[in-house]
Amino acid sequence: MSAAAPPVTGLDELLLTMADDEFVIGFSDSEWTGIAPMLEEDVAMSSLSQDELGHAAALYGLLGGLTGQDPDAIAYDRRPEDYRHARLLDHGRGDWAMTIARRYLYETADAVRLEALAATSWKPLADLVGKLRREERYHLMHIGTWLERLASNDGEARDRLVAALDTLGPHAGTVFTPLGAEGSLVEAGVLARPMADLERDWRARLADTFEPLGLPLAPATMDPWLGRTAHGDAFRWLWGEFTSVRRSDPPATW
Amino acid sequence: MVIDTDASEADVRAVLATVPDPEIPVLSVVDLGIVHRVTVRPDGIDVAILPTFVGCPALDVIRATIGERLETRFGRDVRVETTFEVPWTSDRISESGRLALREAGIAPPGDPSAMRCPFCDSANVVMDSAFGPTQCRSLFYCRGCRQPFEALKSV
Repeated sequence: MSAAAPPVTGLDELLLTMADDEFVIGFSDSEWTGIAPMLEEDVAMSSLSQDELGHAAALYGLLGGLTGQDPDAIAYDRRPEDYRHARLLDHGRGDWAMTIARRYLYETADAVRLEALAATSWKPLADLVGKLRREERYHLMHIGTWLERLASNDGEARDRLVAALDTLGPHAGTVFTPLGAEGSLVEAGVLARPMADLERDWRARLADTFEPLGLPLAPATMDPWLGRTAHGDAFRWLWGEFTSVRRSDPPATW
Repeated sequence: MVIDTDASEADVRAVLATVPDPEIPVLSVVDLGIVHRVTVRPDGIDVAILPTFVGCPALDVIRATIGERLETRFGRDVRVETTFEVPWTSDRISESGRLALREAGIAPPGDPSAMRCPFCDSANVVMDSAFGPTQCRSLFYCRGCRQPFEALKSV
């Protein structure tokens, strides 16, 4: 067996869910390029999106190395129903408050997930996660500042943020949708703890931030077994956008 | 193509020191600290580089440029791979690299609270945005000389 580590049952699903999460939020937020509320944020949101798409590419690359598939084919050649991102990311771009709320819920959840993978037994993933966490630190600073900024405003900004959190709440916990072969991942030391444990930690941290700001905590996940499937119309529209160039000329090299 | 049979790792690194980073051309890939490993074999040369950022769009250009330069100089097959074996960090930038950055008007990476303006050396600067025109840069403003400037992110 190679020093890289044991391919473990369920590793492919773990990589696919992480990659799809980064890919979908990267594309959603890139829609702000050119139309963000201020120039600095136009640059920031574009840069954040570029980071997320880079993370997705690296994760699809690891997955392709396991399965022998071309990473671009995994990213672009599936039907919408075959994507495995969290339903939290299925709501469409919405307004700026919606984007901030979604990014906050996702980035904090992703941070907990990455922590649980920091000491993963599969070396290629451990190497990548070490690097991802250094970049995500900037993402967390950015989104934390924005959450506080909108929440501390006594007017429309706060109202819109609360409305966005209410809309996203029932799907907020879907980043932690249990994986089919989670038991084997935990047993093999790929994932430190089951998703349900990670979700508990994340909700506790969320409460530490949200309660002082008077923001609504996310309720229990609606239809948790559909947490990474049953994507709706907003995602089908986004899929049409991000696959349009690829579909226009499949064999082309860009 | 003439095969240079005596090429050493140091010779290869000397050529790499002439390969510019495409986004910050005042820095070579050596100054930037992305050259992780150089292996010279009788029939080829392997170079492992560390991406500064996971999604850095300049990587393909860097790989291709390194390949061309080394093949031309040493006449051997060159393989350039990227790895995350060790994370690239901003303290891998060399002293001469930091100097070259400052001369180009880009502040070298460091603690944002200790940042100095690359134009007038004032410490009276403020971070406008952690995110800049490329993934690895932030935006600052100098209240001393009233100039915006870019700084390399500290990672």
